[in-house]
Amino acid sequence: MSDIDSRTDEELDRRDSAPGEERITEHELAGGLSGYLLGFGLAILLTIASFLAAQTGLIYQPAVISALVVLAIAQMGVHLVFFLHLTTGPDNTNNVLALAFGVLIVALVVIGSVWIMAHLNLNMAPMSAHQARMMP
Amino acid sequence: MLGKLDWSAIPFEQPIPLGAALVVFLAAAAVLIWVTVKGYWPYLWDEWITSVDHKRIGVMYIVLAALMLLRGFVDAVMMRTQQVLAIHGPGYLPPEHYDQVFSAHGTIMIFFAAMPFVIGLMNFVVPLQLGIRDVAFPTLNSVSFWLTATGALLVNISLVVGEFARTGWLPYAPLSETTYSPGVGVDYYLWSIQISGVGTLLTGVNLATTILKMRAPGMGYLRMPMFCWTSLASNLLIVAAFPILTATLAMLTLDRYLGFHFFTNEAGGNQMMFMNLIWAWGHPEVYILVLPAFGIYSEIFSTFSSKPLFGYRSMVAATLFICIVSFMVWLHHFFTMGAGADVNAAFGIATSVIAVGTGVKIYNWLFTMYGGRVRFDTPMLWALGFVTTFIIGGMTGVLLAVPPADFMLHNSLFLVAHFHNVIISGVLFAAFAGFTYWFPKAFGFRLHEGWGKAAFWFTLAGYVLVFVPLYIVGLLGMTRRLQHIDMDLWTPWLVVAAFGIVVMIVGAACQVAQLVVSIRHRDELRDETGDPWDGRSLEWSTSSPPPFFNYARLPHVENEEPYWTIKQRAMEEQRPGEDESYEPIEMPRNSPTGFVTAFFSTLIGFALIWHIWWLAIVGFIGAYITFVVFAWREHGDYEVSAEEVERIDRDGRAAQLAWLRRRERVA
Amino acid sequence: MSDITAGSAARDPYRVGRSGGHGHGGHGHGGHGHAGHGHGLLSATGHGQGGPASKFVTVAYGFWIFLLSDIIMFSAFFAAYAVLSTATAGGPSGKELFELPRVAAQTGLLLTSSFTGGLATLATQRRSMAATQFWLLVTGLLGAAFLFLEVQEFAVMASEQAGPSRSAFLSAFFALVGCHGTHVGLGLLWLGTMMAQLWVKGFRPEILRRLHCFGLFWHALDIIWVAIFTLVYLLGASP
Repeated sequence: MSDIDSRTDEELDRRDSAPGEERITEHELAGGLSGYLLGFGLAILLTIASFLAAQTGLIYQPAVISALVVLAIAQMGVHLVFFLHLTTGPDNTNNVLALAFGVLIVALVVIGSVWIMAHLNLNMAPMSAHQARMMP
Repeated sequence: MLGKLDWSAIPFEQPIPLGAALVVFLAAAAVLIWVTVKGYWPYLWDEWITSVDHKRIGVMYIVLAALMLLRGFVDAVMMRTQQVLAIHGPGYLPPEHYDQVFSAHGTIMIFFAAMPFVIGLMNFVVPLQLGIRDVAFPTLNSVSFWLTATGALLVNISLVVGEFARTGWLPYAPLSETTYSPGVGVDYYLWSIQISGVGTLLTGVNLATTILKMRAPGMGYLRMPMFCWTSLASNLLIVAAFPILTATLAMLTLDRYLGFHFFTNEAGGNQMMFMNLIWAWGHPEVYILVLPAFGIYSEIFSTFSSKPLFGYRSMVAATLFICIVSFMVWLHHFFTMGAGADVNAAFGIATSVIAVGTGVKIYNWLFTMYGGRVRFDTPMLWALGFVTTFIIGGMTGVLLAVPPADFMLHNSLFLVAHFHNVIISGVLFAAFAGFTYWFPKAFGFRLHEGWGKAAFWFTLAGYVLVFVPLYIVGLLGMTRRLQHIDMDLWTPWLVVAAFGIVVMIVGAACQVAQLVVSIRHRDELRDETGDPWDGRSLEWSTSSPPPFFNYARLPHVENEEPYWTIKQRAMEEQRPGEDESYEPIEMPRNSPTGFVTAFFSTLIGFALIWHIWWLAIVGFIGAYITFVVFAWREHGDYEVSAEEVERIDRDGRAAQLAWLRRRERVA
Repeated sequence: MSDITAGSAARDPYRVGRSGGHGHGGHGHGGHGHAGHGHGLLSATGHGQGGPASKFVTVAYGFWIFLLSDIIMFSAFFAAYAVLSTATAGGPSGKELFELPRVAAQTGLLLTSSFTGGLATLATQRRSMAATQFWLLVTGLLGAAFLFLEVQEFAVMASEQAGPSRSAFLSAFFALVGCHGTHVGLGLLWLGTMMAQLWVKGFRPEILRRLHCFGLFWHALDIIWVAIFTLVYLLGASP
């Protein structure tokens, strides 16, 4: 008999974190109450930045879309790290891999659909002015 | 009060559907009366309907699949005979009925025959192969099954009450919008697929979690049997693809029920978006079906060649490659829709590339047989029939992946022949192979070999006779779904195809005979050791049928072929494994949650189809109450005492010991 | 290790993996440089040779996979919106319809409710019934306020002849945002049921698992809302 028999569930689970489970100790930045406060603060800042970027002329106009997308992805990252406690630790490998698979599929579906449908429009026969007026 | 429902929903004036409905109804009533008279209800309720045992649920899935397979097969027979009788004539099926027949055939075969068959086999086999006692969420598993059964029930209700969709197995918009399909047919389609789709999604979550989080000690990822790997890939695809189907059909539902404009002709709707989204689900769906089938073949080739699987790691890699790339090819279903050359080329190349993964697998199977002691039992025959015919289907698939060629062949019978070619040999043969292979494990006796081989040869011959002519008429320009035919050029081939379906009917009859004969001769066919095929993976290490807890002690896995190792060691040491002390086991309790949920979802589905809003609300409230009652239950598990475990386990061990003794005497 | 796992630590799902543990010591080495608590690991993470995971991990992981499938469902609605957002059919466009102050208020409400949901999780870890119930209640009320604003927005738009039947763009908008709203609504139903259950039954393992899953669900809804307010509202309303 090896020492596997004497392990408790707690020890058994060390090799694997449940998704969203907090394993970081209180001393670290993203842990405990301070972690939630920090995440909340960052999320608010990023939200305000998004609204500002969209509504004011602070950003060069053609770059607004990119700025908004970057800010949104950053905010999603904040949520994943500070609220969902996703880490790069080995106990989180399974959770991160599942997430990566999901993100890949989301990207394929959205980008693929937009690409395909944009192409269909490009290949429509040119419209006369009369037809264009009749368009729904 | 009853929404759109009134007496005109019953097709009194159409003899064929009414007659069919009457036969189904009488058969169902006969079964119910028989069960009541014999007093089987308590047994059925306790042991099957409320069971959360993955093995029982797997068996019920397969029973459902077999029934629906017969139903879909009847539709197929009607289509083949109609096309041969309707040359220069009307045939016997009027167009509106013929349209329902081909729509029902596709819908039933994919959603209610192939899917439940594959899911049933996964349900039964995966926990046994992983060396564990049940799936991750046993009650959810029961809910999944009953939701699938609900979908099947709704499709069959459409035979009697109302009509089924006439829009093909995928209800392409705008034909499926209310403008062109005002009846309830499409609504039957939508709600039955949505409800069973939820069941399938939950199964995907359940089995993916099971495989990723609940393997026997020592079973690392690269020690899982190949069937578990392909099941993992398939369930990940379910989790990733079925939500797209749900969303797409929800959009169509919104169009039909609330006047939205996703896919309509007016107000900026875009029909092409329906094609795009439905195939973003539809292509992964193909691999959801065929990947577990590849796993079944892998197990069979290895077992019946008496060799480990050749190229295990390359097989894993090929499986995962297919899993990812299957999400990058969906446009090949609508090359002709008018995207530009670069889009078509990109998806065409991706489609050709995905064949590489399958090619790797084919070579691995061939090399598994090479140098092995190959035994030609029925499961192996199905597997060999698969390899030989599937290659043709694969080749025509690569041909269709070339966009210019596809422009010629799109929606022709060549396409129909192609996908039947891959799906029958790929999925159906695998289902039959897996059925024959694992049947002894489930019921403790083997299936009759003679009838099994007859079923194989008739099915194979009939299948070739049906679909080779369809390839040819496709090349001759015949499009799919024709209700009547005016081209003499096609006649001889259609006659051959009709003859082929007769041969397939003989094959199906042999399957039924095989089952009946095997049950009657079950004592001669008994499998006492639990290892009828000289197997290599863990499911053969427990008795047949396995005890409800599968394993008295969880096996400890040291390599890729755990049972083979156990068996060799047992033969060396002349005793079956170590005698260890038994421990009590916790098992999940039976629960009627699944059945009750299915009852309410049937109400919801039927009410929404017929616009009976109050009934739908009643259904939703009932479903919520069921959920709360389940969540509030005090004990989800019960304990099986160590003595009980030992008592049940002892018989199996005694049989294995007797086998070892016999073997020693022979040697 | 957090407390929440300890609470669920009744035993393994079927009390497995305790016998026959030979040949197991060899997996302790290799790839886990998690200083701090990397001691005494018998099986390396990721190789998965340690037998079935605990019920807590299994349930949370299953729910995680379900959430991913849910997000993929949203991706189909996002794709439809992206494709149809210009198909206004002569009707109003997003620039004319969207009121950003309301969206900002909605965002604030949902974000704060995500935060208070986190506070509820911390209270659960302390096993403080009063604090847990209080923060769950606050979370629910914030969610309900969010939902109220959304329903109000929909009502205003419908009254301005800008309902979902007006154009494909509005169909896609109502379906996408409404799908998120439906999720919030179902989350509130779930939350209410669970609070009652927590009150009656206390911090039992299965209830701790459900609280954890609810946390995952609520944070995931917030992530989806980030995508919605960026891609639908801000991009739609920007000049």
